[in-house]
Amino acid sequence: MSVVEKVAKEKTEANVVSNVVVRFAGDSGDGMQLTGNNFTEATAIYGNDLATFPDFPAEIRAPAGATFGVSAFQIYFGSEDVTTAGDEVDVLVAMNPAALITNLGDLVNGGLIVVDNGSFTEKNLVRAGYKGNPLEDSSLDAYRLISIDIGKQVLEAVKPFGLSHKFALRCKNMWTLGLVMWLFDRSRESTIDGLKAKFAHKPEIADANVAALNAGHAYGETAELPTGVEVYKVPKADVLPGLYRNTTGSEALAYGLLAGGQLARLPLMFASYPITPASSLLHTLSGQKQFDVITFQAEDEIAAACAAIGASFAGSLGVTSSSGPGISLKGEAISLACATELPLIIVNTQRGGPSTGLPTKTEQSDLNQAMFGRHADTSLPIIAASTCADCFDVAIEAVRIATKFTTPVMVLSDGYIANASEPWHVPNFVDYESFPVEFADDPENFTPANRDPETLARIWAKPGTPGLEHRIGGIEKSFETGDISYDPENHQKMTDVRKAKIDGIVNHIPEQEVSLGDGTGKLAVVGWGSTYGAIHQAVKRCRAEGLDVSHIHVRYMWPIPSNFEDLLRGFDQVLVPEMNMGQFVEVIRSKFLIDAQRLNKVSGQPFKIREVEEAIKALLEAS
Amino acid sequence: MNAEQKLTLKDFSSDQEVRWCPGCGDYAILKTIQKLMPTLDVPKENVVFISGIGCSSRFPYYMETYGFHTIHGRAPAIASGVKLANPDLDVWIVTGDGDGLSIGGNHLLHVLRRNIDLQILLFNNEIYGLTKGQYSPTSRVGTTSPSTPNGSIDLPLRPCTFAIGAGARFVARSIDTETKHMTPVLERAHDHQGASFVEIYQNCPVYNDGIFDYIKDKKNAADSRLILKHGSSLTFGADNQKGIRLNPKNMRLDIVTVGEDGVELDDILVHDETNKVMAQMLAELKGPDYPEPIGVLYCDPAESYDTDVYAQRDQVREDLGPADVNTLLRGGHTWTVE
Repeated sequence: MSVVEKVAKEKTEANVVSNVVVRFAGDSGDGMQLTGNNFTEATAIYGNDLATFPDFPAEIRAPAGATFGVSAFQIYFGSEDVTTAGDEVDVLVAMNPAALITNLGDLVNGGLIVVDNGSFTEKNLVRAGYKGNPLEDSSLDAYRLISIDIGKQVLEAVKPFGLSHKFALRCKNMWTLGLVMWLFDRSRESTIDGLKAKFAHKPEIADANVAALNAGHAYGETAELPTGVEVYKVPKADVLPGLYRNTTGSEALAYGLLAGGQLARLPLMFASYPITPASSLLHTLSGQKQFDVITFQAEDEIAAACAAIGASFAGSLGVTSSSGPGISLKGEAISLACATELPLIIVNTQRGGPSTGLPTKTEQSDLNQAMFGRHADTSLPIIAASTCADCFDVAIEAVRIATKFTTPVMVLSDGYIANASEPWHVPNFVDYESFPVEFADDPENFTPANRDPETLARIWAKPGTPGLEHRIGGIEKSFETGDISYDPENHQKMTDVRKAKIDGIVNHIPEQEVSLGDGTGKLAVVGWGSTYGAIHQAVKRCRAEGLDVSHIHVRYMWPIPSNFEDLLRGFDQVLVPEMNMGQFVEVIRSKFLIDAQRLNKVSGQPFKIREVEEAIKALLEAS
Repeated sequence: MNAEQKLTLKDFSSDQEVRWCPGCGDYAILKTIQKLMPTLDVPKENVVFISGIGCSSRFPYYMETYGFHTIHGRAPAIASGVKLANPDLDVWIVTGDGDGLSIGGNHLLHVLRRNIDLQILLFNNEIYGLTKGQYSPTSRVGTTSPSTPNGSIDLPLRPCTFAIGAGARFVARSIDTETKHMTPVLERAHDHQGASFVEIYQNCPVYNDGIFDYIKDKKNAADSRLILKHGSSLTFGADNQKGIRLNPKNMRLDIVTVGEDGVELDDILVHDETNKVMAQMLAELKGPDYPEPIGVLYCDPAESYDTDVYAQRDQVREDLGPADVNTLLRGGHTWTVE
């Protein structure tokens, strides 16, 4: 349904729509991510609820005009609760033929296309795979088209600033943003402030960009646009009162780690190695040295994990991060942390795999790896973040569990929530309960094997403490003394204790709740991680149609909350949508012997609401 | 450490039974270090020994200090984390030729390049002992071993050359059983601010016995060793009559005899341990054609990485003031929904 049709269908005052999906698409050098982020900020300030989906290629600067170099940024905003970046696109901004041809398939019939016709040259058309010029034949008749020579408009607008041709054309994205801001009545203020701050040392560049932005906006106001294309009103969303900001999952996760460190009264040591899409965590924390955090860009993934473990041995909380292939390399070190029972946090920002796979695309690729991807019996707690904002609380939870149980904890995020942004109802840190770590300091009866009788956590004695000198290591240790032991019975006992410690964490985590719907019924849709938004909306729509379906979203992937099995048994059927070939569904099936059904997608793209909705209906109709 | 209470070797000996093979060079090194520790001005509780995997890596278990026996090759990475987390700790890495130069070569390179303030002791026995005798990256060409029954083919690595090439700013060499030589070398390694690298020739009596006899044998010692002393001439031989001279025409080191062919003492190179080029040339000297240098090959301190990390952090803290989570969360653009 197009924006225009929505207006008609909703029978509201002229040009009011409840929700819209806009996608900006262009060459990877066209600045589409920046454009999208600015539009997002303006939209958040306007008061709509929103979700975004940045989708960019692995190539930093692919050849201009190439289809594989198209970078896109999608935003879904509206007056209702928004939890995904939307299924179909209402407004497509295409900066060249490649952007048009690769994105047109997602545009609704009657949708609006904004194109830069100056880039529809013979060469670019051929490169994109067009036989003719779609702007001149009838192939776009199903849509509304605003075709503008943006380059020409921009050159005119920035003429007074004396920029070279090349630099002047770089303002094309701001001109386009200005036009789209006009279309949805957004304020340009935050973008202008941002440009001035970003180019504080190059005021002529800032001025040119602002001029381009304003010119694009003015174009909307004055030019004759196709019938029905005018300013749309998207009413403010009815959201919880309070203070808001936008956040990406990576940012929220980084802030959560800093917050967790403060709650544990522990310095952090964040050791990492660059890998897409996980590097932004390293970038964010490296810029927060005013906190008690040391960041360390190690020589490789293994060294990053090892440095974090070393830091934990020394009395800091070691944190390491990567994506699937890097986590593979860290495997041996993680097992060392399991054997020596040191706190450690491993953040996996998952991406499409195997191997290099799809580095910039999302996938719930590594639950199996988190659960089973190490040598020997090395069970460790796994928690998964479901939204950008959720990353904050998940990070704090990881710190709490790692320190309380002296164990490595795996945090699962993914490329989607790491890079996407959403409005965040900013929490008040004062409301968080602290969990200060107590280090051993009494030499009386000290052994490094001492445990907390309740949690079974091994004692944490840090170097520098007089009288507690001791050795730890990867060789099996005596349960009683902590000395090396090759005793057969002792190895069984130590293996049992390490397992019992992790299993016992269920007594210290919340029970599984139902995210949406009833606690029993015909169908439970069980999700984890970033599929939250799509499942939530799909279940919501189905329930609005009277279907008996509930949404259960799991944060504690291991150990699984104690009531989980009973909860699932209260439903006739269970459906597990995952962006993998069925990793959690196998855990549910094997652990609980529940006949859970699967819905799998590994295209590098998040679920569409419609896909989950159709699967729900298919299951309920079949039963 | 209580100042009035003088610690001894015993205070640094753990209650664990030492399990190296009889006659292993590691025993002598352990004893030397246990003796050395009480003389260093470091509280015992601040001492940390970190190792990887291999015979030498059992070392921490025998020291009554903090210790971490980690995984194969990764001791430098773990130690980097320890030192960065708490720069007050006195961190020692014990590694071997397989652990440090094969599986852990990358980490050794980077800990040296970064110049983290710690000591690295590489016990070089030119063989894999704990895995039962395979040739190592320092084994000489032709070494027969279970994995090279017809003799090894690949060229060996020279640990000191590697260390200097990696950017180490303290590089020295000593011999397992030579306590008198090793002790002052280790003292200097310990005093050095930054990463210090000490290669210790270590005999493996089981899998590579006698490999260093050419230099350990007291009878030949005068001719087979070039004992380094900063500021002294590079002379050797029974009467110190032989010396190392730089041939300016081909940039090679020649062995010459003072008093012969018009050679005077003045022609002999004088050891300058701050000279990296000289250190590299010395590190390449190999018996039997040349005497092998022992002592400090190179020492040219610079600010250590850990010092700079904290200096940078302190500067940020001074500029930005105290950290506050709520301020962080409310940074950037925010808006209020009424």
